Amino acid sequence: MSLDNKKVKEIAYLARLNVQDSEIEQTASELNNILSLMDKLGDIDTGDSEPMAHPLKMSQRLREDKVSEEDMSKEFQEIAPKTGKGHFLVPTVIE
Amino acid sequence: MHNLTIAEQIKGLKNKDFSSQELTQHYLNRIHDSKLNAFISVTDDIALSQAKEADKKIASNESSILTGIPYAHKDIFCTQGVKTSAGSKMLDSFISPYDATVTKKLNHENMVMLGKTNMDEFAMGSSNENSYFGPVQNPWDVSKVPGGSSGGSAAAVAARISPFASGTDTGGSIRQPASLCGITGLKPTYGRISRYGMIAYASSLDQAGPMTRTAEDAAIVLNAMAGFDPNDSTSANKSVPDYTQGLTNNLDGLKIGLPTEYFSEGLDSGVEKVVMQSIKEYELMGAKIQEVSLPNSVHAIPAYYIVAPCECSSNLSRFDGVRYGYRCEDPKDLNDLYLRSRSEGFGEEVKRRIMIGTYALSAGYYDAYYLKAQKVRQLISEDFKKAFKKVDVIMGPVSPTAAFDLGSVKDPVSMYLADIYTLSVNLAGLPGMSIPAGFSNQLPVGLQIIGNHWSEELLLNVAHQFQIRTDWHNHSPADC
Repeated sequence: MSLDNKKVKEIAYLARLNVQDSEIEQTASELNNILSLMDKLGDIDTGDSEPMAHPLKMSQRLREDKVSEEDMSKEFQEIAPKTGKGHFLVPTVIE
Repeated sequence: MHNLTIAEQIKGLKNKDFSSQELTQHYLNRIHDSKLNAFISVTDDIALSQAKEADKKIASNESSILTGIPYAHKDIFCTQGVKTSAGSKMLDSFISPYDATVTKKLNHENMVMLGKTNMDEFAMGSSNENSYFGPVQNPWDVSKVPGGSSGGSAAAVAARISPFASGTDTGGSIRQPASLCGITGLKPTYGRISRYGMIAYASSLDQAGPMTRTAEDAAIVLNAMAGFDPNDSTSANKSVPDYTQGLTNNLDGLKIGLPTEYFSEGLDSGVEKVVMQSIKEYELMGAKIQEVSLPNSVHAIPAYYIVAPCECSSNLSRFDGVRYGYRCEDPKDLNDLYLRSRSEGFGEEVKRRIMIGTYALSAGYYDAYYLKAQKVRQLISEDFKKAFKKVDVIMGPVSPTAAFDLGSVKDPVSMYLADIYTLSVNLAGLPGMSIPAGFSNQLPVGLQIIGNHWSEELLLNVAHQFQIRTDWHNHSPADC
């Protein structure tokens, strides 16, 4: 599968990344080179092989639903780019 | 003191030949004299205060085996109050508010953290050239790469500026730099060491491990790092043996498998020669050598470079400029904040992998890429299962070549292809090691030893017996 410039822009936006118009050709070419390597997967006969999501076939462990973490909201907010009144601040979304 | 192994330093501290403070200061001096760029942060004050505390513990007989031993921590492990950057501009200002479980465990031993080591950004790379903080130089030849992504850790141990360094291995990031720098590196079975507080790249593959000069040192350190952690849902609830106990067994009758696919086209002849000489050494120790086949190992590259970018695109979505890390100047709206913070904060290779992963997971492509890659992953894992019915361990090269020139590999695909011998081990969740096996054109070459799940004890002994009979692990580069 080959990506054109429009598709590259779409993917970049889905990933919330900017690709400048001046970089688009090179980005598309690099991604297409990588994808041509990945497309080799299509030639492999995987038969009825079961998809392997976990190397040890472990299932998700469950735990009792109780508070286990101490409140570190102050420490977490101290390292945030912008906070106010106990909230993480971002540019206004709704006027 | 820097030529001593950890096992020897433990004796030295116990016999009062030197104090932890003297040992620590000695290493800090060596770090400050080094020009390799192996460290992103050097934590002199923390190190000296931890060393002082360790000396008190030793004096009052409250010490454990590793008390007072200095180490370097890969900058992917969260360290409370200390910058944890993962080699990225995105986290250049990130002071971790908590400790990773591995950090806690090493602190619990009263080990001494010298600093945080340089690495490829978010562990994505095989040369350490993808670090925001600049590349690390290989101590054997400063014009060469140290390998990656744990390049700073490998260079630090090889250059004797730290006796042990932590590493992480998602597709070879402990074994390949260990090979290129001539040290011992162990990637344990997936789930052996907690991933809590270890900044995630590809969650179904990431695994931490020790990087040391000798297998004996790796065993001592693995004892401290391994174990179940309720904070990591993928951590295995399995008891941890004393890995030093198995280091005495002889290898008479050990069955070693050589995968035909690992000795084919693309393997440098100098590397092949060193690997085959090491195999001969094992034969002299009574091991039986036989060929095995891992027919799907050639598919490891496309499978890995789908699985890992898909998981990274999901994991790295957390870096949004809102709660921590880099935020762009004057965002005009929320979307602009996301777009510019991520575009300015991530480096080129990270952005490439996020985009590949985003594409492979996007509507209509999931079956063709991620699901297909997981099926191939199963085939790769089954190859190993079949092989381990016939042999105890598998041996081969770690990397197709010795260390290459800094700046010489510009094309991402060429860089990916060099991971051919290490990726399968991560896809199958197996333990693997690299040990110093010789030199090719004055550059170190590692021997890879792969074992079945949970066979770390066997691997460490197989490595240790080799190191009893050879001295490749004792070779050290000139100070640089």
